[in-house]
Amino acid sequence: MNLVRSTLLAAAGLAAFLLFWEAMPRLGLVDPAFLPPPSTIPAAFLREVALGVWPLAVASSLSHYVVGLGVGAGAGIGLGLVSGMSRPFEAVTAWVVRLLRPIPGLAWVPFAIIWFGVQPSAAVFIIAIGVFWIVFFATQGAVRGVDRDLIEVAQAFGFRSPLARLTKILLPAATPGILVGLRTALGQAWMAVVAAEIFGVPGVGQRMMQASSLLSTDIVVVYMLTMAALYGLFDSAFVALQGRLLRWRP
Amino acid sequence: MSEPVIEFRDLGLAYGQGEARTVILAGLDLTVARGEVLVIVGESGVGKSTLLRVLIGLARPSSGTVRVAARPGCRTPMALVFQDARLLPWRRVVDNVAFGLEGGGLSKAERRAEARKGLALVGLADLAGRWPHQLSGGQRQRVAIARALAVEPDVLLMDEPFSALDSFTREGLQDELQRITAQTGKTVVFVTHDIDEAVTLADRVVVLAGKPGRVAAEVRIDLPRPRKRRDDALQAIARQLRAELSRRSAEL
Ligand SMILES: Nc1ncnc2c1ncn2[C@@H]1O[C@H](COP(=O)(O)OP(=O)(O)OP(=O)(O)O)[C@@H](O)[C@H]1O
Ligand SMILES: [Mg+2]
Repeated sequence: MNLVRSTLLAAAGLAAFLLFWEAMPRLGLVDPAFLPPPSTIPAAFLREVALGVWPLAVASSLSHYVVGLGVGAGAGIGLGLVSGMSRPFEAVTAWVVRLLRPIPGLAWVPFAIIWFGVQPSAAVFIIAIGVFWIVFFATQGAVRGVDRDLIEVAQAFGFRSPLARLTKILLPAATPGILVGLRTALGQAWMAVVAAEIFGVPGVGQRMMQASSLLSTDIVVVYMLTMAALYGLFDSAFVALQGRLLRWRP
Repeated sequence: MSEPVIEFRDLGLAYGQGEARTVILAGLDLTVARGEVLVIVGESGVGKSTLLRVLIGLARPSSGTVRVAARPGCRTPMALVFQDARLLPWRRVVDNVAFGLEGGGLSKAERRAEARKGLALVGLADLAGRWPHQLSGGQRQRVAIARALAVEPDVLLMDEPFSALDSFTREGLQDELQRITAQTGKTVVFVTHDIDEAVTLADRVVVLAGKPGRVAAEVRIDLPRPRKRRDDALQAIARQLRAELSRRSAEL
């Protein structure tokens, strides 16, 4: 399928979706308070911008997102590499991992408030936890999956220390797998943003909560779309970066 | 004969444990003299690659001793050309060749310059900027040869390095290898299934045979170099070796 054709199909799909959405409340099939038609969204958006709420919420959420993603991904890659390289480390942490892994981000909210207060750092903590596990397991698996033959090449050329093995072979060979994890985390982190802000740290999540308690569904939709747009932006940039980092692949 | 560079004494090697234990090599004695080109032939699975892996430290013998005494002051004691090319797919060809030089205090530009020289030796200078997946199988194998040559090892271990090449390229590289050994006095341990290649390159051919494998026969080749492939004396030795090999496999 060529580019023009696939772009046209994507646009047609989106247009059909919006039309369907617009028709539902307009034809009286659902109450507009339950589902605001898309044509009302631009006005709601402009109101939010005029109030100055939108830029503040977005800036605040973005900073939670970026820092949380950075902290979570950094820790996930770091510990994932160690765990992938060291069987003893993996053995020691095996049950701690099983204990902590299934705890959902929301369950950490009380602890985040106690430890950090109603502060941006609490939101960062919640986001980082969600990101951490995804990146940790992706990295660990990718390191485990590295071709033994390539590690032997490094050994044969005298690179025998764990650090040399890491930088010469494991890290570059594991990069595709780590990037898959990071890309998943990119989406997961936006979901975590909402969870992280429901307890009062300013941002998109908090604003959505306020609007939904006032039944201003059009404003909720404004922020849903805002997050979708930001995610789309980050994901496209990431895919471009990924393509560049992995240009060695066929 | 000058001092040995490599000395195997009563070498034994087994893979696996308990029920699954298989003895691959046993009671193997072998020395390689400085500057000698030793060619190892033998049936598939007899343990030729394993022997090279022991030398470079990728496999540990289960008994006996291995001694390697590279020339002091050489850039690298030993390098191995694996039986499969094993290029690092995330590095361009030139950086694959430069790989082994990275511990040695050269700048990146110097390493690349050395790597380009290595690539020129195997006739691939114009592919320096490619990714490994853009090469043919034979080209990959030649890059792997360049990678080993680039570190200027005193002892060069080569595991069927030319088997993926067409006969014209192969003979060119055989000549190149002879030129390099004559010029640098490198010690070479070379594994091949190609008897003509063995007799062309070798100062001595060793036949590994048996289960477990050991040195079953040895032929010294004192013909002057550079050797002509169609030389009668060379062909006579090749015939003798072929007879030896077929007798060995008939025995098993
Ligand atoms: N990791 C391993 N575990 C168990 N057995 C192994 C292992 N590696 C090799 N072997 C066995 O050791 C024997 C010797 O293998 P090796 O690769 O040295 O053979 P070779 O003489 O190089 O054969 P070829 O000419 O086919 O390359 C083979 O029978 C092989 O099955
Ligand atoms: Mg082999």
